[in-house]
Amino acid sequence: MAKQILVKVKNKNPGQSVNSLLADLLHKGLLEGILVPQILPSKESVVQTLVTEPEKLKEADVLAPVLPVSSAQIVSDMTRVAASPKPLGLVMRACEIRALVELVKLKQASLENLLIIGVDCLGTYSVRDYADIVSRKEDPIHVLLQGAKEGKEDPYLRSACRVCEYSVPTSSDLIVGLIGLDWEKEVLLKAGSDKGEKILAALNMSSSGTSSQREKMVSQFSQQRMKKRDELFSRTQKEISGWENLSSFFATCINCRNCMTACPICYCKECFFNSSTFEFEPAKYLERTNRKGILKMPTDTLLFHLGRMNHMAVSCVGCGLCEQACPSNIPLLKIFKMVGHQVQEIFEYVPGRNLEEEIPLAVFKEDELQEVGEE
Amino acid sequence: MDEFEPKIVGFLCNWCTYAGADLAGTSRMQYPANIRPIRVMCSGSVDSAYILRALLGGADGVLVGGCHPGDCHYVSGNYKARRRITILKEIMKTLGLEDERVRIRWISASEGKRYADTISQMTSDVKKLGPNPVGTFWWV
Repeated sequence: MAKQILVKVKNKNPGQSVNSLLADLLHKGLLEGILVPQILPSKESVVQTLVTEPEKLKEADVLAPVLPVSSAQIVSDMTRVAASPKPLGLVMRACEIRALVELVKLKQASLENLLIIGVDCLGTYSVRDYADIVSRKEDPIHVLLQGAKEGKEDPYLRSACRVCEYSVPTSSDLIVGLIGLDWEKEVLLKAGSDKGEKILAALNMSSSGTSSQREKMVSQFSQQRMKKRDELFSRTQKEISGWENLSSFFATCINCRNCMTACPICYCKECFFNSSTFEFEPAKYLERTNRKGILKMPTDTLLFHLGRMNHMAVSCVGCGLCEQACPSNIPLLKIFKMVGHQVQEIFEYVPGRNLEEEIPLAVFKEDELQEVGEE
Repeated sequence: MDEFEPKIVGFLCNWCTYAGADLAGTSRMQYPANIRPIRVMCSGSVDSAYILRALLGGADGVLVGGCHPGDCHYVSGNYKARRRITILKEIMKTLGLEDERVRIRWISASEGKRYADTISQMTSDVKKLGPNPVGTFWWV
């Protein structure tokens, strides 16, 4: 069985070719429905849609460089109560898939009957920037692909994407590949699992082949991004180190908690920081005020951010949706990604890498970290 | 000027460290009065948020006391606490927040002396660190 095939692109439009592949999956009854990004009629944004009618895939856009919400949250909403009874396809980016793997481990989603179709990601623009580009009568995909082709630093890329190590999706059954290919002529369709291989065989497509450039280009791409990531970490460390700098980093926070709502990892129905633990009687407010003689209202802004960090940093996939959701434009990604990287390293844990790896906060070893209790 | 007397909040597990503190007291052992003990059912029940809240509220140090590894009344609470504190300390270190102010120690019900020594040691270490800077920040 062919593990990968090169799909001919018509009209220099790789997105359209992927759409007809997806339509084929529905036509042949291999899938009952597909979760796929779709351009809104106003063209200003792209949303995830669940599609069962192949005709409705014409405006689908698997390459549109924008991420309004993480599809991981959508899949969790769809499968938290019970696994999907019918086979569904999910068109997702690397960061979304990695978040989904974490949610499955947290028992917030089920992958049963689901086919993950990962798409190479060159990066995304913020919802606002995407709409801006459209309003200037430009095509965001063209802007992105052209920029990538010329190897220039794209000024619109979200900060998360600039330092993202994962251009190629992991844990996918099928992978739609762009990197290392001349995507105006062909795209790669590759199986990432047995399930994917069977689907690929059922599609019964003739043209098989490989792209010799791909592996090299992918590794080059990640190397560049990792270098930028490490530079960002060292700049960030200087910028936010210490209570004084940290408190000024969060100075413009308005306590809206959008960061928590947008975070695909923050799954709790009731956040600890919204729970009755943080409901105080009037006397308690006065008692707390008496400690310093003055109390900021609403209270506990920094406690919320640091506490949330403690709860989710081991699983942080660095999607940067917290930052995109922040109405005060606090550059949250760099601090969460840096902290996440540090704590994940202790447990040699990479969130979203593998379903078998257990989340560090859910397990322990008897003979580890002995120095922590002794010193 | 008066010598700086740090405030240290102690989250002490009911089954081991709190009983150890009790033994230190009934044995009339001397140790600094800088610790403010809070009895908790298990070191594994102490969410990092409580530790952070103590620090943000002005505590100069936080001690979590639990049973020795292998001796947890609830079998594995202290192992979980150990991971949680490790993560908290790593986050504090990464953000330059003096993670030395947070400690976890294993003290059994029979180790009154160890409790007294732990408090003495921590008090002297936190004295050297000086007052917790965020303790005076009202804007956090």
